[in-house]
Amino acid sequence: MSFSPALIRQDFPIFERTVREGKKLVYLDSGATSQKPHSVIEAESGFYKLHNAAVHRGAHQLAEEATDAYENARLIVANFLNAPGGSDEIIFTKNATESLNLLAYSMGNAKNTNRFALKTGDRIVVSEMEHHANLIPWQQLCARTGAELAWFSVTPEGRLDLSAIDSVITANTKVVALTHQSNVLGTIIPLEAIVARAHAVGAVVVLDACQSVPHMPVDVAALDIDFLSFSGHKTLGPTGIGVLWGRKNLLDELPPFLYGGSMIEYVTMTDATWAPAPAKFEAGVPNMAQAVGLGAALNYLSKIGMENIHTHELALTGYLLEGMRGIADLKLVGPTDTHSRGGAISFMVQDIHPHDLGQYLDSQGVAVRTGHHCAWPLAKALNVPASTRASLYLYNDESDCDALLDGIVGAKKYFGRL
Amino acid sequence: MQLDSLYQEVILDHYKHPQHKGLSPTFSAQVSHVNASCGDEIILNINLEGDLISELTWDGQGCSISQASVSIMTDLLTGKTLDQAAIILKSFSDLMASKGTSPGDELVLEDAIAFAGVSKFPGRIKCSLLGWMAFKDAAIQAQSKK
Repeated sequence: MSFSPALIRQDFPIFERTVREGKKLVYLDSGATSQKPHSVIEAESGFYKLHNAAVHRGAHQLAEEATDAYENARLIVANFLNAPGGSDEIIFTKNATESLNLLAYSMGNAKNTNRFALKTGDRIVVSEMEHHANLIPWQQLCARTGAELAWFSVTPEGRLDLSAIDSVITANTKVVALTHQSNVLGTIIPLEAIVARAHAVGAVVVLDACQSVPHMPVDVAALDIDFLSFSGHKTLGPTGIGVLWGRKNLLDELPPFLYGGSMIEYVTMTDATWAPAPAKFEAGVPNMAQAVGLGAALNYLSKIGMENIHTHELALTGYLLEGMRGIADLKLVGPTDTHSRGGAISFMVQDIHPHDLGQYLDSQGVAVRTGHHCAWPLAKALNVPASTRASLYLYNDESDCDALLDGIVGAKKYFGRL
Repeated sequence: MQLDSLYQEVILDHYKHPQHKGLSPTFSAQVSHVNASCGDEIILNINLEGDLISELTWDGQGCSISQASVSIMTDLLTGKTLDQAAIILKSFSDLMASKGTSPGDELVLEDAIAFAGVSKFPGRIKCSLLGWMAFKDAAIQAQSKK
């Protein structure tokens, strides 16, 4: 079957509606959250209609079915990421932000003899292009433990500056936590050299894959990383479900973050021991219907093929970048070509503030995001206080790009009237 | 187009030709406010002579709504007493909370009546309030120093 955004859109009920007085919905904000296909909506509601019960508890048929559905979703995620240790390496969280916080807080709970214990003199490495979700948990972990935060800077072209890699990832570095694809710049970072250097000094590599897992094949074994996080809702799945993947031996050593039911092995009034991962990190009744919905989302993506989706988005990115080159006063924030780049495209149009541009585009049915995109330090480093971001996905086509380009030209006319 | 109710000429005019922009060297109080969700920021200086607002100056960056709003506000409140300013601030806040149901009191709000259309756009209300909330804060700080 050839790749057809028009056919794909038929699977997404939201595209049946119009916005702003009958305008076609041109949804270019999938970087913030993706739309949902019927199969996901049905899987989530189907769980509630037919199988609802608390997983891993209950001596009844519904509890068995719910547990099966939930654990099957975990297996789907494990296969989707090619997790070498299988589904035991998949932890369900509420979103990627929680995944990264879980990891940072768990490391903060590590006692002296634990490999994750941090102290003064240790270092955590991030980059200047991190989303706040992969910056603040580490920044605050450093503040709590006395470890030092260091970071890769970003070149004016929006690439990671690896020229000083050995002085950024030093011998005392314990964690290297980086975004796989910048949610602002679209830049996909070169992992090979980073992973090699991090592992050479004994650090673990944490990948914030929020903007890559939904859009291209991501194979954690091939990337040779140690932890990965992504959000279900950016991956066609429901809100309220995210994933932390970690290598089994590392999850075994990592202390828990949230305590409570399901995560224990043995409990007395004064002490407790922990269940093995992933249960150790899933205290309380989890977001079951949402996990099942995420499983359906990943099945939907796999059926279309992540390679096909990536190829489609890359072609569309090239088309949009080409069209933007033809608009005077438009300045891209990030790489201007499609090399090592995804479909998050941020830009500025001289004299029109992004919030005003976004408002005009909305009046034309074009949904974009404006602001600092939860990456304030990056905005400051590039001296771009705010920008407009269009982010592409499998259901977008060239007509969506044309609507955006026409909208930008229209906004220039509209705000140029004085 | 509904957009025209948002982008009144007077708003775009103040955006392109902001009034009282450029911070005074001295002040009774100085405050800095940001809209964390979009990155808009302003610094506002207030000078009081007794209860009279003798000078309001500001600097900042942001969208047309936030920048025009602070420009119009500084025009409107300079020369007013703190009590008069409080009445105008309340009138403006009520208008923003009206979700487009109130036409606003033009006698009180003067040029700031142009923001009536903003209240129909929930995402922009915080833009129009940025400067006014900074003023509220600055007035309290200036008074507490007296």
